[in-house]
Amino acid sequence: MSEVLTAPLVVEFPFTRSLGPVVGAFLTGLRERTVLGVRARDGRVVVPPVEYDPVTADELRDLVEVAPTGTVTTWAWNPSPRRGQPLADPFAWVLVRLDGADTALLHALAAPGPDAVRTGMRVRIRWAAERTGAITDIACFEPAEGAAGVPREGANGSRRGGADPLRGHNVDGRGGIPGEGDPGGGNPGRGIREGDVPEGGAPEGGMREAAGGPQPAPHSGQFDDPVTGITAPARLDYTYAPGRAQSRYIQALAERRTLGERCPACRKVYVPPRGACPTCGVATGEQVEVGPRGTVTTFCIVNIKARNLDIEVPYVYAHIALDGADLALHARIGGIPYDQVRMGLRVEPVWTEGARFPDHYRPTGEPDADYDSYKELI
Amino acid sequence: MPEPVRGPVREVAVVAFGQSAHVPDSAETSEVEMLMPVLHDVLAQTGLKARDIDFTCSGSSDYLAGRAFSFTMALDGVGAWPPIAESHVEMDGAWALYEAWVKILTGEADTALVYAYGKSSPGDLREVLTRQLDPYYVAPLWPDSVALAALQAQALFDAGHTDARELAAIGARSRGDRPGAAPGRQVVGPLRTGDCPPVVDGAAAVVLAAGDTARRLTARPAWIRGLDHRIEAHALGVRDLTDSPSTRLAAERAGAFEAPVQLAELHAPFTSQEVVLRRALRLDAPGSTVRINPSGGALAANPMMAAGLIRLGAAAAAVQRGEADRALAHATSGPCLQQNLVAVLEGER
Repeated sequence: MSEVLTAPLVVEFPFTRSLGPVVGAFLTGLRERTVLGVRARDGRVVVPPVEYDPVTADELRDLVEVAPTGTVTTWAWNPSPRRGQPLADPFAWVLVRLDGADTALLHALAAPGPDAVRTGMRVRIRWAAERTGAITDIACFEPAEGAAGVPREGANGSRRGGADPLRGHNVDGRGGIPGEGDPGGGNPGRGIREGDVPEGGAPEGGMREAAGGPQPAPHSGQFDDPVTGITAPARLDYTYAPGRAQSRYIQALAERRTLGERCPACRKVYVPPRGACPTCGVATGEQVEVGPRGTVTTFCIVNIKARNLDIEVPYVYAHIALDGADLALHARIGGIPYDQVRMGLRVEPVWTEGARFPDHYRPTGEPDADYDSYKELI
Repeated sequence: MPEPVRGPVREVAVVAFGQSAHVPDSAETSEVEMLMPVLHDVLAQTGLKARDIDFTCSGSSDYLAGRAFSFTMALDGVGAWPPIAESHVEMDGAWALYEAWVKILTGEADTALVYAYGKSSPGDLREVLTRQLDPYYVAPLWPDSVALAALQAQALFDAGHTDARELAAIGARSRGDRPGAAPGRQVVGPLRTGDCPPVVDGAAAVVLAAGDTARRLTARPAWIRGLDHRIEAHALGVRDLTDSPSTRLAAERAGAFEAPVQLAELHAPFTSQEVVLRRALRLDAPGSTVRINPSGGALAANPMMAAGLIRLGAAAAAVQRGEADRALAHATSGPCLQQNLVAVLEGER
């Protein structure tokens, strides 16, 4: 139906990030099946921990250990998991307030269906078999009805716990140490490998009894072989469409023609055309064939070999004002030693069989162009 | 400490607003091809030429295009040579309008062109938007934009602030459907297709002008009486998703509560978010006659990075047409109403 071209475009990058003392301790802790939070000056425990208080901006460094069990504060049923998400089967997204924490952590909850999920339900961490120090070391949460240590739905307003997570909540003291009755190795003390006990002493359990109920125990945040950085791969898939003007340009190239577009106001011919005159801010509708010959207006000598590019260095990359164009395009110069390329050199495109654009430009053998003829295009 | 300045130090008004048709797929047009007719429209409304504009500011996101510095391509449409005074925000154009407003308040400019555009069709919007999340704790889980909004909707259900029936009614009103229209299939529960915005491509533009320049350019300027924006904590788990304190604070600072408004354009991409905003902005008072989103809002058309600017433009246009003497406009950016901007617009008193 249309002359418009499209092509797949993949943007993919392994973002590497350094972590710092708080995020690094948290992610190292996950590798060791230990969940750390950070205590704010007002006593709130923020999990996952942040380096600066979200309310006061105070620097936060006092790490504490919280339990691998917690309460769902809100949830959403995901019937069609997407690429990169924690579980391949339908699951619930959950915000979970871990026992001992005052804020919630986002993750996935493995559940057979939405009827098995509710706000206030008790859940526990399912650890990934292989852990590297990343949020994905938590494979997901799983239901843990009966796991002790926290208010159940309806108790202490926990059903509405999501409504005001910044306000401290009461732990009701019914259970005490989280992890009890947890057959999955949820007791964080068990997650620490032998010989790996951090300086300052790892707590026996995630929390200690104190007046008013169990309290998260201080944690040094020290681990052997701490994780200091993460690599987070990211991939996004696009279908690139260059629009009308550039589609016409690319299609003409396939016929070994170079198409510019003329501005109706200033009469300049742009190549490659992008559909608008950047001087006048109006559409450039009139197509004009330019070249094939042109003049080198300026150039540089490339001494660094590009990966996946089979061109011997050094070579010359140049701006070329095609005959009839008011804007220079850029291309590689071949067919002449690199140190003999000069401003004013007359060149023509060299096409290789089946190519959709010129491979490079080579000298035509004509006399060099006068400087005055191209000085406005440099 | 000096007393804060109360009220704008200079009169600034919206004098023109334009937007493109919003389409699900604009593969036939590049960003600049989509944008240019809108720019010409707002300039024609004021009789200004691009050369006459003192300051240009735009909002867009390279992640939608999948290309670095893609916004510089769009600059061809405003005539950026010889050089102009120009700036760009990597977010909704409402924040570009804020920057332009400040530029005029400082006396650096008398006129400003603000534009925004988004082409979501080249990529998968739900995945693209995960890239704005916390890169350590959240983005590696790839929670998509609908999932995060659904967590907020469930929190509202649990708090007793709304239910599926009310959300369906908000969706139907926004799209102009008959009341009781089917809410659609579940996307991420509890949200259904009817609760979620359409994914469209589009562009919008606004012209701002100061004082007598504004009066010269249009019969009835829409004066910006107040404009403020605020932000919530980045981590979703430390926020109360049922409330929007940042919207309330921005509204207070913009003077929104000083007198009733007749019309409110709310940037609520999801039905549930309109509930949060109406509460934060106190629009649900008994007997209230405030018209909410007569434009249909983001649920009718949600071009990313332009939908917030469109709320400001639509509210201003209603003032310019004399349909309201005092209107409120709101824009949001980020997941679950993370960042919020509120403007109060008035006709000549």
